[in-house]
Amino acid sequence: MEHIAPWLQTSWDRRAAGNFIGGGTGSGLAMIAAASALWSGNLQRPPLAVAALAIAAGLALVWLEIGRPWRFLHVFFHPQTSWMTREALLAPPLLLALAAAAWTGDGVATAFAALLALAFLYSQARILRAAQGIPAWREPAIVPLMLATGFADGAGAFLALAAADTFVLVVAIAAIIARWFAWTTYRRRLGRNGAPIGALAALTAIDAPVLLLGTVAPLVLLVAALVLPRLAVPLALAAGLLALGSGWLVKGVIVTRAAFNQGFALPHLPRRRTAGEESSAPKGG
Amino acid sequence: MTRWVMVVDLDRCVGCQTCTAACKQANATPPDVQWRRVLDMETGAYPDVRRTFVPVGCMHCDDPPCMSVCPSTATRKRADGIVTIDYDLCIGCGYCIVACPYQARYRTDRANFAYGGSNPNEAEAKCFDERRLGVATKCTFCVDRIDAGIEQGLTPGVDPEATPACVNSCIAGALHFGDIERAESKVSVLLAKNHHCRMHEELGTGPRIYYLQD
Repeated sequence: MEHIAPWLQTSWDRRAAGNFIGGGTGSGLAMIAAASALWSGNLQRPPLAVAALAIAAGLALVWLEIGRPWRFLHVFFHPQTSWMTREALLAPPLLLALAAAAWTGDGVATAFAALLALAFLYSQARILRAAQGIPAWREPAIVPLMLATGFADGAGAFLALAAADTFVLVVAIAAIIARWFAWTTYRRRLGRNGAPIGALAALTAIDAPVLLLGTVAPLVLLVAALVLPRLAVPLALAAGLLALGSGWLVKGVIVTRAAFNQGFALPHLPRRRTAGEESSAPKGG
Repeated sequence: MTRWVMVVDLDRCVGCQTCTAACKQANATPPDVQWRRVLDMETGAYPDVRRTFVPVGCMHCDDPPCMSVCPSTATRKRADGIVTIDYDLCIGCGYCIVACPYQARYRTDRANFAYGGSNPNEAEAKCFDERRLGVATKCTFCVDRIDAGIEQGLTPGVDPEATPACVNSCIAGALHFGDIERAESKVSVLLAKNHHCRMHEELGTGPRIYYLQD
């Protein structure tokens, strides 16, 4: 294969990354809050309000990035195939459901918000998956990674915002472990599928922080919080912030630093003939 | 059913960039925007080093990823296979730019001119299209020329008035354009008689620029 080396795309920058960070955190937080309420019977409203704010902030960042912001309503025109349209269609009812749940504490609104949040998070994952021009995004393993990161971010945010019970601590542990498996699977598949060297290098550069600060440290803190109930609040807070920060780091790097295109490549290039050589191929026509 | 394709004879291209210049002139693209560009590929290792010039641009794919991701339906595909952008619908989200495996799309947010920066000269001002700011743009296969030519009874790929500017301008006869569904068209004959390949075929996009191999 003859090729011209890949280079980093610049069309989607930190503002786009902000949408995936805000949207993932907000939707994950909404689901964790709903699950916690279902388990304990005690709905904590502030996390729902923060979830709505995080999602809205992410969408606002995207709005700041588009070239024709006052045409934003056109984003709703293509639900047949565009995951960006689907994400946009889910956002208004999701934000309304979150606002209603945070305002009234209504269980139905909370459950509805959690379902919409799951669909919203999945749409975000599929947005990246559909970007055929970027090998680090089109890799199918990006979908479970984005889902697991959303759950871990949401659990981390919940631990930082609300009084966590045993259920949330266990869910957070599961989410962080799931994210680690999704991360390692994603990186292994990218390497196996010949992703650009620059993309692999960008991801390798954060491997240690994701493992140590984003996985091992919060897991240790969470287990300690389970074992030492008197220290559970500060331990859960620290674990939550670490889980959240590492999740944001993963998304930020994937969107802005690992986003190399695949360059140009042809399976075969002609060998230029020298004087006296005959072409073997009939050109005709 | 008509299906327009481009055929590039890599053995003939000399990398003169005349097609690039012709495209820029015909479509009035701003600096740093090249709907038709020619890659200079240097491959191999001394003493077996090869240099090949590879014209690239929008491949007008059979299954264009840019179209399926577009949230506004600004990117569409005509019955003849040409992929178009409706500048009045596009929101400039850039999703099509990252979805295109051929780096064929551009977005320019501010007016910029080759002569004078933000102040165009008379010729540039005449060609300037404000609708192209903040939206995605790309090669159209000179669709306006094709449509106007067909209306006059001309044949794209045969009659220069109905043929993309880059093809008309090629000094080496490396670029060919025509209807692949017509067996007697030049592109069909070239593809029938020569080995050929397409770029990033493994992605399944069905690019419609074919490269002849030796």
